[in-house]
Amino acid sequence: MTPAICIKNLNKVYDSGFQALRNINLDIKSGEIIALLGPNGAGKTTLISTICGIAMPTSGQILVDGLDIQKDYRLTRAKIGLVPQELTTDAFETVWNTVSFSRGLFGKAPKPALIEQVLKDLSLWDKKDNMIMTLSGGMKRRVLIAKALSHEPEILFLDEPTAGVDVELRKDMWAVINTLREAGVTIILTTHYIEEAEGIADRIGIINKGEIILIEDKDTLMRKLGKKSVILQLREKLSTIPHSLTAYDLHLSDDGYELTYTFDTQGERLGVTALMDELKSINISFKDIDTKKSSLEEIFVQLVEESQQ
Amino acid sequence: MNFYAVKAIYKFEMARTFRTLLQSVVSPIVSTSLYFIVFGSAIGSRIQEVDGITYGSFIVPGLLMLSLLTQSVANASFGIYFPKFTGTIYELLSAPVSMREVVLGYVGAAASKSLLLGLIILATAGFFVPLQIAHPFAMLFFLILTCITFSLLGFIIGIWADNFEKLQLIPLLVITPLVFLGGSFYSVDMLPGFWQKVALLNPVLYLISGFRWSFYEISDVNVGISVAMILLFLSMAIFTVWRIFKTGYQLRK
Ligand SMILES: Nc1ncnc2c1ncn2[C@@H]1O[C@H](COP(=O)(O)OP(=O)(O)OP(=O)(O)O)[C@@H](O)[C@H]1O
Ligand SMILES: [Mg+2]
Repeated sequence: MTPAICIKNLNKVYDSGFQALRNINLDIKSGEIIALLGPNGAGKTTLISTICGIAMPTSGQILVDGLDIQKDYRLTRAKIGLVPQELTTDAFETVWNTVSFSRGLFGKAPKPALIEQVLKDLSLWDKKDNMIMTLSGGMKRRVLIAKALSHEPEILFLDEPTAGVDVELRKDMWAVINTLREAGVTIILTTHYIEEAEGIADRIGIINKGEIILIEDKDTLMRKLGKKSVILQLREKLSTIPHSLTAYDLHLSDDGYELTYTFDTQGERLGVTALMDELKSINISFKDIDTKKSSLEEIFVQLVEESQQ
Repeated sequence: MNFYAVKAIYKFEMARTFRTLLQSVVSPIVSTSLYFIVFGSAIGSRIQEVDGITYGSFIVPGLLMLSLLTQSVANASFGIYFPKFTGTIYELLSAPVSMREVVLGYVGAAASKSLLLGLIILATAGFFVPLQIAHPFAMLFFLILTCITFSLLGFIIGIWADNFEKLQLIPLLVITPLVFLGGSFYSVDMLPGFWQKVALLNPVLYLISGFRWSFYEISDVNVGISVAMILLFLSMAIFTVWRIFKTGYQLRK
């Protein structure tokens, strides 16, 4: 199947001479949800802007549904909806008008029933006649989402959709995203909330300094890079880690009551049993045991640190 | 052709006009009235007649041109500059529209607004002096082409400007002086010989002269030259817009 988006050897150098994207190669499958993670200034917004036609690629090629974004811009742009990172809205226009405007701009015939549905889904219906200026920040964010959805895009870019947004809107948004996913819309989102990516994405891409340092199926990624820890609550205080246990990757808490053993899920699991036996033989007993899987956040920090070296 | 997009932009820009109806309609009425009171009555009482026309009537075409030129440039430049300033231009850039459609929407709206304004001023003038339009079609021809040409010029300025100062610069330093010196309020014959020659270098003079001819059949230069000039300006404006987008003077980063 033709990928929804196919990026080949993409480079972007801004007029200032700054290279924001370096040799990006990426295929995004139709209907999948990709989360792009990366520190501030990594190039996430630049990548999105380049695909959407806001920034010009310096070299390389971008295909949307197999069509070149420059040669066939009419066809490709009509398929794409964009919710920008910045809260850029008109001030004096009403919600209804600005959302209807977007639909027209993207070449679609008016369809008031659809706009009504979109506004209702985003809890904006009672604000439809309000001037955008009078809305709160979170509501403006909803307006931007409504504008992007007004023209029924097949591909949706959400650039930090949940920055500065309350729990209520997040819920609304995940509901909307789920509906879109079911309708087969391809979604590319950036976020700094890693639990969000973990919760919703099919694949995770990590960008750092203009390069994609990793793109992987979320579950594979978690399995491959995830670490597990066993946390033992000790009955008696331990002042140092006993000599016989130095072979294990152990950490003793400052108060001496918590012993953490970290191991690779890929590696031998025997380690845990062996450790237990070892502890028993030197008479260290514990009252509670807990296990923890490393979160995507830890994986992310680790990867970014590694790529920085 | 993305017809819906042109319509959306046009409607959006016109809505901006109607939101500020007071400013859009009342202010030209007030300023036109003021011109008639100050120029028409105070000065007109001394000048009496120019080329056989009462001074009050004589200044009507010039007065119209003054408003049309400044308003066309102001509207069109603001219309495209403002989205750049607020950042809402992202949507225009990511939309499936060609630059031709963008120009059509923005310039079309600015020109329509100017046209409307011209008609309001004309009606207001009718309260002060008897209106007489010898060649209504010629009058409309000049009116419409002037609106379009100077809206295009405004659009170019709006694309070029990257701050508010630049946005004001050309209207203030170039257009307003040219209109005032272009015979809005006097006939070139009234100038001393040397200044008559200088005045002929002013492109706006040809517009005002032709426009005045359509009202009273009096003109500073042959009306054929005026027609040629307005067509020349229009072509130049279209060519410049085309070059801007062709040579990659882009709104895109
Ligand atoms: N118009 C521009 N001209 C020059 N440099 C730019 C421009 N826009 C962005 N940059 C630079 O490109 C780099 C990538 O910026 P970008 O906005 O893509 O980062 P990001 O990953 O979206 O960051 P954030 O998480 O903060 O949104 C940054 O170093 C930024 O300073
Ligand atoms: Mg960003």
